[in-house]
Amino acid sequence: MNEFDVIIVGGGATGAGVARDCALRGIRALLIERDDIATGATGRNHGLLHSGARYAVNDRESAEECIKENMILRRIAAHCVEDTGGLFITLPEDSLEFQAKFIESCLAAGISAEAIDPKLAIAMEPSVNPTLIGAVKVPDGSVDPFRLTAANILDARLHGAKVLTYTKVDELIIESGRVVGVKTTNTLSGEKGEYRAAITVNACGIWGRDLAAKAGVTINMLPAKGALLVFGHRVNNVVINRCRKPADADILVPGDSITVIGTTSSKVPFDQCDNMYVTPEEVELLLREGSMLAPALNHTRILRAYAGVRPLVASDDDPSGRSVSRGIVVLDHATRDGVEGFITITGGKLMTYRLMAEWTVDLICKKLNIDAKCTTAEALLPGSSKDKSTEDCTRTAVAQSRGKASAFYRHGTNAEKIDSSTAAKRALVCECEQVSVGEVEYAVEQLGVNNLVDLRRRTRMGMGTCQGELCACRAAAVMASVGKSCSDKVKADLKGFVTERWKGMSPVAWGDTLREGELLSWLYDGVCDLSNNGKEE
Amino acid sequence: MKQYSEHNFEQCTKCTVCTVYCPVAAVNPLYPGPKQAGPDGERLRMKSGKFFDESLNLCLNCKRCEVACPSDVRIGDIIQSARIKYSTKKPGLREFTLANTDLVGSVATLVSPVVNATLGLKPVRHIVEGVMNIDHRRIFPKYAFGTFEGWMRKQRKAQAQFAKQIAYFHGCYVNYNNPPLGQAFVKVVNALGYGVQLLENEKCCGVALISNGFIDKAKKQAKSNLASIRKATEAGLKVVATSSTCTFTLRDEYEHLLGIENGDVRENIDLACRFIYNLLCDGNHNLQFNPDAPRIRVAYHSPCHLERLGWTQYSIELLKLIPNVELVKLDSQCCGIAGTYGFKKENYQTSQAIGESLFAAIEASECDFVATDCETCKWQIEMSTTKKVLHPIELLANHLS
Repeated sequence: MNEFDVIIVGGGATGAGVARDCALRGIRALLIERDDIATGATGRNHGLLHSGARYAVNDRESAEECIKENMILRRIAAHCVEDTGGLFITLPEDSLEFQAKFIESCLAAGISAEAIDPKLAIAMEPSVNPTLIGAVKVPDGSVDPFRLTAANILDARLHGAKVLTYTKVDELIIESGRVVGVKTTNTLSGEKGEYRAAITVNACGIWGRDLAAKAGVTINMLPAKGALLVFGHRVNNVVINRCRKPADADILVPGDSITVIGTTSSKVPFDQCDNMYVTPEEVELLLREGSMLAPALNHTRILRAYAGVRPLVASDDDPSGRSVSRGIVVLDHATRDGVEGFITITGGKLMTYRLMAEWTVDLICKKLNIDAKCTTAEALLPGSSKDKSTEDCTRTAVAQSRGKASAFYRHGTNAEKIDSSTAAKRALVCECEQVSVGEVEYAVEQLGVNNLVDLRRRTRMGMGTCQGELCACRAAAVMASVGKSCSDKVKADLKGFVTERWKGMSPVAWGDTLREGELLSWLYDGVCDLSNNGKEE
Repeated sequence: MKQYSEHNFEQCTKCTVCTVYCPVAAVNPLYPGPKQAGPDGERLRMKSGKFFDESLNLCLNCKRCEVACPSDVRIGDIIQSARIKYSTKKPGLREFTLANTDLVGSVATLVSPVVNATLGLKPVRHIVEGVMNIDHRRIFPKYAFGTFEGWMRKQRKAQAQFAKQIAYFHGCYVNYNNPPLGQAFVKVVNALGYGVQLLENEKCCGVALISNGFIDKAKKQAKSNLASIRKATEAGLKVVATSSTCTFTLRDEYEHLLGIENGDVRENIDLACRFIYNLLCDGNHNLQFNPDAPRIRVAYHSPCHLERLGWTQYSIELLKLIPNVELVKLDSQCCGIAGTYGFKKENYQTSQAIGESLFAAIEASECDFVATDCETCKWQIEMSTTKKVLHPIELLANHLS
């Protein structure tokens, strides 16, 4: 008998959501991710908790899905979500006729949308473009995709699922025309593995095309690149959208300690999906359009630029690929292609990851003849609490431990598990984001951290103003002290981390960002001798 | 250049040199240091005011972090502004007494012999500690019998004889505690050919109101002072102060912390030592010194706010001009008192620990006197060493022929 009922390939929000849903329904699941969790499109978007308003005019179905999931996430993932509220603003060059249609469409989709006086909008969000002629208030918010994915993974594991990161699927095992398992390689150790299950789920996002090809199945996907910029601090506390037909760089989202503007949208070839660079033209466009939402962006420090790839799927009956769906796509390859035991879940968006998982696991249950209801819309994710708000926890913690006060935002009530009993544990590793030694140890021990970049995704270590300048070396030392690294590995890890930080800084390396980069390189080159170390190797 | 983020906090590259130079962080582990309390904390407070923590009250506002900062971040201003904006601690009787230098001074000078004698008694100081949380080891400055303003009113006619005039911002300390310093200033400035006037209505500069949380009152006094200063400058007068902290407050804190525009008069507010040194350098002014004055060894201590103004050198050069004064320059460091900060019981230990190496250097210098431009540094050094402290202007006046 197999050890698992289901193998899920892909550790983004969708894969994590499927693993959790399976685990909660008593289905034995194995999740396999070639990198770390949330490394694809999941971690490379706005972090916008869509109200659905953006889709209301053109895509009612997506809008309805969004508002439903929005309300669910506020409940089940309270510590990953911030209720910032959102504004859709009309500028003098936009049409107020569109605003009327917009409000009507929102209301039809069940999204509360209230036109407010532009003066009230400025009072609500002082950074908003003061020339606005109209504003609509909607229930937008922000959601941290790393936390959301990590919480799903954590809950899946708590309910018996197994998670393997840094594990690549080399091939699908196909017997008598059905997918019965996967052959894998651990990318860190080189160790080979073989796992069998009745069903394999393809939750690889844009990379799902390649996995499907291993089963001889063709999925028409269109990689659409979206670039974004991160600003140094919170410029706005309310999400600002442009009230017009969706276009480039018209959403400004406050997320934790920063603000994000995005996105662009352009087709890219598949061979670029693994290594995305943000071009000067994209930076310029993002700044130009972004400053229409909040003029302060023109002179706010930009921390970094990044880009993700949307896994857009061409409709099945359209081989040209022109008819693109942004909705959820569940492909049962048994009925579609005659390949049993293989399901692809794609399309959709971060907002609807839970619903995507629900549909997928419903299909799995049907195939496995299991009668179990989905509970993910009600069961709280670990760290979320009905009784304790993050703000309250922060207020009580701030006097005892600055790091802990911030940690409540990152781990919800699980932050209670962080050791802050001694000054040594309370000491800050990352000062910009206030990550303590205790929190690093907690992340390494509980949240499946293999290296510094993983640690960043779990804790925000290195995501602040200095981009790892002071904290990366401290974090490396803490990781070494808990036995996660030896000194050679530490150097390689540090180098990888700093290189990754610089990749994001380089497209916006001017002004203070450049000064910061110079200091960073001086510290790691000049003091830690990292590049010389590279040459010797 | 336009400042894009408030107090330029975004220019911080996290080099941490500010924390290296912070006198509090060096001796009190409860204070996270200017980098974390300032630009780092500001970023988090923009996310939620809940990130304000009361350890920011440990900042003594010396601004040495700003002097050290290579990126021109107004770190001290960020911290003080955050205290103003977020602190939930309400000022009490102690803060009221320490902050209202005008009110307390005008009452105390009426009955100064009684006040001085009483505050000198150990049992009284213990009672003051019990009731007000002012440390019993702290020695209060003595109050004068009669104010400097009272003395000046009698000089009005004589001062009006001078063709050239300046306005003198004497500050509370000269008015209530040390009128002789004001008199020395008048003597020196007269010798340079200038008559001295008072401002139409001088109030306390407000530095103690700001640091003790009385922001509305501080704003009211700032507006009143600026109105008087404007009148004086419109009449063509420079406004000169002997106290480095008053000068700094009038020039910088009004705009940075209270948000009160003073750009139109700022350049006309000068420090006594700088004003006099510049006069002596212009080739048209001279002072006659007494060649028989006794030879003395003077150690100069540079106050924090004078360092922030960048004007320490004027006082040093001025002292060098006095014959028979042998000058020893002490390493620039905070004495620890920071106005009313060191009076508070919870700060006493920090305050004395900060000053410890300065006190040792002063004793080792074998000086006859210490000189400094700040009155609260004077109190601290006189309390903590065996030396008497004089203002450079007093030394100058003493050595005039």
